[in-house]
Amino acid sequence: MNYNVDEKGYYGDFGGAFIPEMLYPNVAELRENYLKIAAEPDFKKEFDDLLKVYVGRPTPLYFAKRLSERYNTKIYLKREDLCHTGAHKVNNTIGQILLAKRLGKNRIIAETGAGQHGVATATVCALMGIECIVYMGELDIKRQAPNVARMKMLGAEVRPAQSGSKTLKDATNEAIRDWINNPVDTHYIIGSVVGPHPYPDMVARFQSVISKETKWQLHELEGRDYPDHVIACVGGGSNAAGLYYHYLNDERVNIIAVEAAGKGIDTGESAATSALGKEGIIHGSKTLLMQTPDGQITEPYSISAGLDYPGVGPMHAHLFRSKRAEFISIPDQEAMDWGLTLSQMEGIIPAIETAHAFAALDVRKFGPEEVIVFNCSGRGDKDLDTYIDYFKL
Amino acid sequence: MNRIDQKFQEDKKLLSIYFSAGYPSLEDTVPILKNLQAARVDMVEIGLPFSDPLADGPTIQESSTQALRNGMTTEKLFTQLENIREHIDIPLVLMGYFNPMMQYGIEKFCQRCEAIEIDGLIIPDLPVDVYHEDYKALFDQHGLYNMFLITPQTPEERIRYIDQVSNGFIYMVSSAAVTGAQSSFGNTQTDYFQRIANMNLNTPTVVGFGISNAQTYEAASSHSRGAIIGSAFIKFLEKEGVNKIEDFVQSIR
Repeated sequence: MNYNVDEKGYYGDFGGAFIPEMLYPNVAELRENYLKIAAEPDFKKEFDDLLKVYVGRPTPLYFAKRLSERYNTKIYLKREDLCHTGAHKVNNTIGQILLAKRLGKNRIIAETGAGQHGVATATVCALMGIECIVYMGELDIKRQAPNVARMKMLGAEVRPAQSGSKTLKDATNEAIRDWINNPVDTHYIIGSVVGPHPYPDMVARFQSVISKETKWQLHELEGRDYPDHVIACVGGGSNAAGLYYHYLNDERVNIIAVEAAGKGIDTGESAATSALGKEGIIHGSKTLLMQTPDGQITEPYSISAGLDYPGVGPMHAHLFRSKRAEFISIPDQEAMDWGLTLSQMEGIIPAIETAHAFAALDVRKFGPEEVIVFNCSGRGDKDLDTYIDYFKL
Repeated sequence: MNRIDQKFQEDKKLLSIYFSAGYPSLEDTVPILKNLQAARVDMVEIGLPFSDPLADGPTIQESSTQALRNGMTTEKLFTQLENIREHIDIPLVLMGYFNPMMQYGIEKFCQRCEAIEIDGLIIPDLPVDVYHEDYKALFDQHGLYNMFLITPQTPEERIRYIDQVSNGFIYMVSSAAVTGAQSSFGNTQTDYFQRIANMNLNTPTVVGFGISNAQTYEAASSHSRGAIIGSAFIKFLEKEGVNKIEDFVQSIR
């Protein structure tokens, strides 16, 4: 089986471009150009240079000694938390802003939930001197004040999404509407491996630098360029897509995806899309999504704002249905405890999203000779308020 | 013959009205349809509410959200429309997003539409290519027309393709924008209406999005077979309720 996108934009049963006709020219323009532009030598050079001198790549592949001893296995952390702006998100925004420039766009829009993708977008827009508008749910604006301030400092306009549930999915709807209203001069930088084709593939390719580096780094450290397991948290799934990318078709590598169970899968307050979702269409993509029996999209819940998306990227839906990946879900409490554990055992304060991934160590047994690579996708600075409240720090 | 084709054989400009089923109140669907027909509206688009209507502006999204809060569901709408053909003989089109239809089951959805004598569907997020390949045969089998949108940005070649796959009418979106009322049209819009008129398509066109009053209705229908009004009608319902629909229609033509 092939786990990459096919020529029609599908991953198995999932993907495609279920978009209103008003978006057709914008999406077609991207689809026809993204591979061509990304393959141009001057694009590759500019992308690689910026990742190196601006983002700070390659990020280290760090052997977590104390953690490995405790779990009697070999644990490596791919340190995406050390990227400029604090998470992997910037890999994608750099790629897309360079693409947008080559398409002659002079206005950028983006959606954001917790604000990480909004900050990463505002950052690259400042870098390139391009107008930036970030849509953010009105509720999220209140919950994520520091990131709102960051975006403003970076010169972006933050527009509240006031429709529906006033969170990430509504911010995405508003960004799509903006794109419909501004079809010529505007590029929409989607932050995850979601949306209509070619977005899931395009974002996965920009994030694939994560596994590209992992391969040579592991080769240096372990004498083989593949681990036994790759583990990442999945909301929409961009950091996971980046870590899995070069191992998708390598059956020696077991893929583990960790979703947010929120207060528990059966509580009605969860974001575990693989367990609770059904096949449907969200934001232009056929995938698994959480919805009512009548097909209305429901509001997910997780203590981590980056994982509470009601859908999942079509690549991940395919990995789940084809059983290529193992999906597990971790409740808030265990994720929060892992935020503390990683801080105190390795001196790394992770984002709460990232902390979910590590809880796989408690769910599953790993052998002493097995090599595991975790995507340490983001740092916890943005989550300090939540940590303070939760642990009464 | 499909009622939509019949209607387009009449020698007049058509006025079509969109409303969200279940708004303002859950049980308003049938009274609104009766009042629209009594006011001599030519065709009605009944909106199937969706939580995330990304091609719609704030007016339709809010009415849709309210309809869902009122308890509207796909099954509920079909039940309300069960005996509608005893009262209503103008063409009825269901307009909604694809996800609720998928969850209902596309085949079952088509069967229910056929039984009620719905004449056609407008599904903004089901692209013409996917429809053509995966669903057209099924829709045809149930006598359902499926109408597509075009915009000022739609390339000519694609308009020709849509013309070839379409039946009923082509829904010409007045400008590159989500739904919403505008007070007048500019030259760009009338040029676009004229450009499409000059293409001599096989399928008749009606203009929608941004039509709110006699002036925009007149401008839109002078270059096409008629126009569809949605947001402006919903705003009227919000203010005046369902009993003065005749006044609204008279203000348009």
